[in-house]
Amino acid sequence: MDGKKLTARDYASDQDLRWCPGCGDFAILKQTQMVLAEIQADPAQTVFVSGIGCSSRFPYYMNTYGMHSIHGRATAIASGLRLSRPDLNIWVITGDGDSMSIGGNHLIHLLRRDLNLNVLLFNNEIYGLTKGQYSPTSKQNIRTKSSPFGSVEKPFNTLSLAFGARASFIARSIDREAKHLQEMLKRTNEHEGTSLLEIYQNCHIFNDGAFEPFSDRKAQKLNAIFLRQDEVISFGENNEKAFRFDGLSPRVVDKANYPAEELWIHDESDALKASILCNWVESNPELPKLFGVIYANKQSNNARSMDSDVLDEHYVNDLIKGRKTWSV
Amino acid sequence: MTKQKENIAIKFAGDSGDGMQLTGAQFTDNTAAHGNDFATFPNYPAEIRAPQGTIHGVSGFQIHFGSRLIHTPGDEFDVLVAMNAAALKDSLSGLKSNGVLIVDRAGFDKKNLRLAGFDPDQDVLSSPMINNFDCIVVEASRFAQETLADSPLDPKAKDRSKNMFILGLILWMYSRDIASVERFISEKFKDDEVLRKANLEVLEAGYHYGETAELSRYKTEVKAASLAPGEYRNIMGNTALAYGLMAAAAKAKLHMFYGSYPITPASDILHELAKHKYHGVQTFQAEDEIAAACAAIGASFGGALGVTGTSGPGLALKSEAVNLALMLELPLVVVDVQRAGPSTGMPTKTEQSDLLFAMYGRNGESPIPIVAAGSPSDAFSAAYWACKLAVEHMTPVVLLSDGYIANGSEPWRFPHLDKLPTIKTPKAPEDKGMGESYLPYQRNSDLVRSWVTPGTPNKQHRIGGLEKELETGNVSYDPDNHQAMTDIREEKVRRIATYLPNQEIHCGESQGDLLILGWGNTTGIIQSSVKELMEDGFKVGQIQLGFINPMPKNLGEILNKFKCILIPELNTGQLLKLMTIAYPTCNFSGLHKVKGVPFKKQEIVDEARKILKEVENGR
Repeated sequence: MDGKKLTARDYASDQDLRWCPGCGDFAILKQTQMVLAEIQADPAQTVFVSGIGCSSRFPYYMNTYGMHSIHGRATAIASGLRLSRPDLNIWVITGDGDSMSIGGNHLIHLLRRDLNLNVLLFNNEIYGLTKGQYSPTSKQNIRTKSSPFGSVEKPFNTLSLAFGARASFIARSIDREAKHLQEMLKRTNEHEGTSLLEIYQNCHIFNDGAFEPFSDRKAQKLNAIFLRQDEVISFGENNEKAFRFDGLSPRVVDKANYPAEELWIHDESDALKASILCNWVESNPELPKLFGVIYANKQSNNARSMDSDVLDEHYVNDLIKGRKTWSV
Repeated sequence: MTKQKENIAIKFAGDSGDGMQLTGAQFTDNTAAHGNDFATFPNYPAEIRAPQGTIHGVSGFQIHFGSRLIHTPGDEFDVLVAMNAAALKDSLSGLKSNGVLIVDRAGFDKKNLRLAGFDPDQDVLSSPMINNFDCIVVEASRFAQETLADSPLDPKAKDRSKNMFILGLILWMYSRDIASVERFISEKFKDDEVLRKANLEVLEAGYHYGETAELSRYKTEVKAASLAPGEYRNIMGNTALAYGLMAAAAKAKLHMFYGSYPITPASDILHELAKHKYHGVQTFQAEDEIAAACAAIGASFGGALGVTGTSGPGLALKSEAVNLALMLELPLVVVDVQRAGPSTGMPTKTEQSDLLFAMYGRNGESPIPIVAAGSPSDAFSAAYWACKLAVEHMTPVVLLSDGYIANGSEPWRFPHLDKLPTIKTPKAPEDKGMGESYLPYQRNSDLVRSWVTPGTPNKQHRIGGLEKELETGNVSYDPDNHQAMTDIREEKVRRIATYLPNQEIHCGESQGDLLILGWGNTTGIIQSSVKELMEDGFKVGQIQLGFINPMPKNLGEILNKFKCILIPELNTGQLLKLMTIAYPTCNFSGLHKVKGVPFKKQEIVDEARKILKEVENGR
C-alpha cells in the first residue's frame, strides 16, 4: 500500500460478475468489499479461499490473493495456508452444500482446531450451481428436482452443528440486512480463532423466498431475533416477548411483566446460554431464528502460530549423520 | 575354533510381545558397527496385540549380513530363532536344510503347541520335521528367571527379558563385541535402574551361555565388508524418505509442511517429521486423506514445500486434490508407500501395484511426474528429487515407495547437503515499475509459471481448478485455449526429462542378451540375480528405473543394446505396459508376482535363464 486510502472499489478485481442478476451473493460481495475498505485491509495480505458452488466464485471478484479450489475442501486448504502463514488475513467462502455436505468433515475439524480463519457460509438451502437439488440445510418436505415428492431428510441446525464442533465464534446474518451484515463481517474478522458467519442468502432462481420471513420488515419482527450483547433477548410484533429461565428451561414470557434482570439478557461469552440458544431456541419451530453473534469465546485456544522458519542446513546435516556412524 | 563365513542370514521370530523387532534392530546396529554390509526385512502382524501364541501374532525380523556386498535380506536363512511353536510353524519353511534352529523350550509347552495348531501331546522338537535341521534347544525363559533370581522384578517382567538372552547368545555366536548393545540398554533404561540392571545381566548371561553350553562349534565370524570408502550409518526406508524431504526443504530454503492421515506403512514418515516441529518442519495430522493433501496445497500456495504422505487407499482419496495442484501448478509432493492389494488389501505386506494409478488415476488429461525409491537408502535421494522436480517445475509429483523399502534398513553412505544438487524456486519476472499487472500463468522456457505467494505486494492474483486462460489465469471455456493449456501441461512434464540425471547401468553389462529392468524394491534382488547369471557367463545387465514419468532421455539408447528385456515387478505388469507404449520396438517380457512378499533370487534367475535359452536357440 502506498499510503493512499483504499475504497471498496479497490478490493474489486477486473472480472465480470457472473452470478444471476438479483442473487444475494452480490450484496455479500459488496458488503465484504466495504468492510475491507473500512478496516483498510492490505489486499496483498488478504486471501480468499473458496470451494465449489455459486458462492465459491467469490475470490475471482476480489482484488486480493485467492483460490477457487475443489468441492468442500476450502476449509482444509485454508487450514494449511493458515498453519504455514500466520501473517495473512484469510477468509473462507463456502456454501451449505460445500461446507456441510461434501466438506462436512473438514468444517467440524476446522472448528475444533480453531485456526484463525474467517468462514463465510453462504446458506441458500439449495444446490444452485447444479441447478436445484435439495441441500443439507433445505427444509424437510421441500420439492426440488431431486426430491419431486418432497425431501424426507431433516436439515442441519447449523448453529448447533457449529457449537457441537466446539466453535469459538458463531454468528448469523442475512444478505438483505446490509448494516447488520457489515457489523457481523467486522466481528468475524476481529475474532481470533475460527469465526463462523452463516449468511442467509436468497437464491431467487431455485429457492426464492426461503428467507423472506427474516428479510420482510413486517415478518421479520415475528420470525427473527436480532441478538445484542447485554440486551434482553426480545421478539414479537412489538418486541413484547422475552425469555425467562425456569431453572435451566427458558420460558417465553411477556416482557412487560418482569424487570429486565429477571429476563434472559444476551451474553455472547456464556457457553451454557449459547448452548441453549443453538440447541433449544434455534431448533424450536415455534420460535424465531437467531441473528447476530450467538457465541464468542474470547479465550479461544488458537495459540498455534507455528514457527515458520525455513529448515536449517546444519540441522539437517546433523540429523542425516545421526548418532552412530562408522567409516570405511 | 571360530569358523569364517562370507555371509549369514538370520531370522528372529517370536510372538509380537517377545521383543523380536528390538532384538533384530539391536543386532542390526551391532552388525553395522562390526562393519558388515547388510539388508534387513522386518515382518510383523497388522494386529497390535494379536492373540498370544498364535500364528497371527508372529513377528519376524530377518537380517542378512556379510563380508561381501549384500543386496537382499536373503531368500532363505541360515539361522532361525523361534521363540515359540507358532514362530516355528510360521518360519521353518524359510530355513535352509541343515540350517541352525534355535528354540526357547518354554515356547513349546502344551499350550503353545495347541495355539500354534500342533498336537499338544507330541514333542514337535523331536519330530521328523526338525530332522533336517541342527536344533539347539535353549531354555532362555528359565535362564532369564534364574539370572534374575535376586531381582525385585515380578516373574512376568523377568520373562520379558528372554529376548536379551537370545541376543547375547547370537552376539557371542557371531563373535561380536557387546558394548554397543550395553550402551543402548543403559541409555534406554537410564531412569529405571532395576530394568537396566536386569536387561544387562540377562544379555551377559546369554553371551556367556555359548561357552558353558559348549556351543563353540557354532561360533562363526563374518569379517567386515569392503564397502566403498566413506562414512556410513544404518538407515530405514521411511526415515531416509523423511530426511530426503527435509534436505530438499533446507536446500531450497523453504519451510516444510507435511499433511498426513495415519496409514500403514506410511505413518513412520509422519512420526519422524513430527520430531522436528521446532526446526522448520510443520506436520499436520489431518481429519482425513483429502484434508491432508488439501492442507499441503494450501501451505504450498503460501510458499512452503507442501508434502502429503499416504499408502494406496489414501492415494485414491487424494486424487482430486492432486489434480487441483496440477491445475494450480503449485509444488506438491505426494508420497505413496505402496502396500498389497486393492481396497484395504494386506496393509503390512508389500506390492508395487499403484504405478498405473499414480500415472493415470485422475480425471481429465493430467500428466504428473513419478519418482520411485529403489531401496531404503535410495528413498532419501528419491524424496530429494521428487521435491526438486515439484518446486522447480511447479507440479505435483508422486513419489513411490513401498512397505518393503519403508521398513527395511541397510548401511547408508550418507551425503552432505553441500554435495546435493541445488533447488531453485521459480521467481516472478522482475517488475519494470511500469505498473504492469502480474500474469500468474506466464511461463519461462521450461513452461514453468512463477511461484508468487500471498503477501507479495501488487501481485494479487486468483488461481483455481477451472480451466485457465493462457498467461492471465482467468477462467476460460474457450475451445482453443483448453487445447493449448492441455498441450502445455503435457509438454511441461515431458520437458522435465532434460533435467534428469542420465539412466545408469546399475550392474552388469551395458549391452548383451538380456537386460533386467526393475523399479522400486527389486534393486537388490535383481542385482544378486544378475551377478549369478554373469558368473555363469551370460551377458546380462541391470538398470533400475528411478524416474518413471518422464523417463530419462538416454533410456532408449540403453534398451536398444540388449536383445531382450525382462521386467520383474510385484504386480501384474504395470511398468511393462508403460514401457511397451514408450518403446514399442523393444523386446519386453515381464515377471509378475503378487504374494505380498518380495521376489526370491531363484524366481528371477529361472525366468532369466528361460529367456537366455530362447535367445541362444535364436528365437
